[in-house]
Amino acid sequence: MSYVGIVLISHSPKVVEGIKDIIRQMVPDVPVEPAGGTDDDSIGTNVEKIQQAIENAYSEKGVLLFFDLGSAMMNAELAVEMADYDQVKVVKAPLLEGSYVAAVESGMGKTLEEVEKAAQSVLEEME
Amino acid sequence: MELQVKHVITWMEKANEKIQSNKEYLTSLDQAIGDGDHGLNMARGFQEVVNKVTESDYTNVSDILKDVSMTLLSKVGGASGPLYGTAFLKMSTAVKGTESVDFPRFRTAVEEAVNGVKQRGKANQGEKTMLDVWEPVAELLQNQEDLEAEELASTARKAMEATKDIEAKKGRAAYLKERSIGHLDPGSVSSYYIFSALAEVLDEGA
Repeated sequence: MSYVGIVLISHSPKVVEGIKDIIRQMVPDVPVEPAGGTDDDSIGTNVEKIQQAIENAYSEKGVLLFFDLGSAMMNAELAVEMADYDQVKVVKAPLLEGSYVAAVESGMGKTLEEVEKAAQSVLEEME
Repeated sequence: MELQVKHVITWMEKANEKIQSNKEYLTSLDQAIGDGDHGLNMARGFQEVVNKVTESDYTNVSDILKDVSMTLLSKVGGASGPLYGTAFLKMSTAVKGTESVDFPRFRTAVEEAVNGVKQRGKANQGEKTMLDVWEPVAELLQNQEDLEAEELASTARKAMEATKDIEAKKGRAAYLKERSIGHLDPGSVSSYYIFSALAEVLDEGA
């Protein structure tokens, strides 16, 4: 069975590794690919790392990208534009909570649209 | 003007020199209202650009601008990577199909770059970003028949200096709201270096 893949983009490699650890406690099977830091792992983001993470997370169900600050969103959008796939989208949701909810939904076999919607509504759930 | 491959190489070398010698200054500007990585990121990125364009062979301006773009995209970790990368990529696309670049084509290229940066950063003029230099430069070109070095440099400088009084609406500085007033925008300062480097190239006969 294939799942909607999750790409985690942060300025810090530690942030996305940590989020992946949290997700893995509950969701073992869904592809979760961290893309944190610059090409030499210092603070920042890198479009090539994000492209690679999309490749690794991709299945016919698609991939959702989550980001933290500033350049992370711009590089996420660039990577999506440069990717050869249709079902790849940047989600505007909090990085940790959004990707966590997305991974859980993806693990239940939901579609890209369903997973994206669940991630976007995560802030309402916190009310 | 007639911008040829050799002129673009000199342009990048001169821009790099300015950025390298002002690395600490750019960092200090960014420490005041941002995350403090602008000097380092730009110095690293433009050094890589110069390494790349001086060791490769080019037959047209579009190809060299594309390499500038790709290098900045992959080597600059901050927001300047995707933003400057997009600017040079749009210029590269706009000058495709000719060996060298005349003024009307260069005018279009800068206009395309401005549109690209606006779209990538979801920003407009007056929000204390690099657009506050790029947009006035694009406007200057709109009203001219040819590009004059001195006018280009002074337009970019004045536009850069004017960012001091602007409250940031985009980028990290926007988190500081009115506290961002009274500081120059680091991206506008580095953009000024890039345009003043171009002005020097024009002055030398491009």
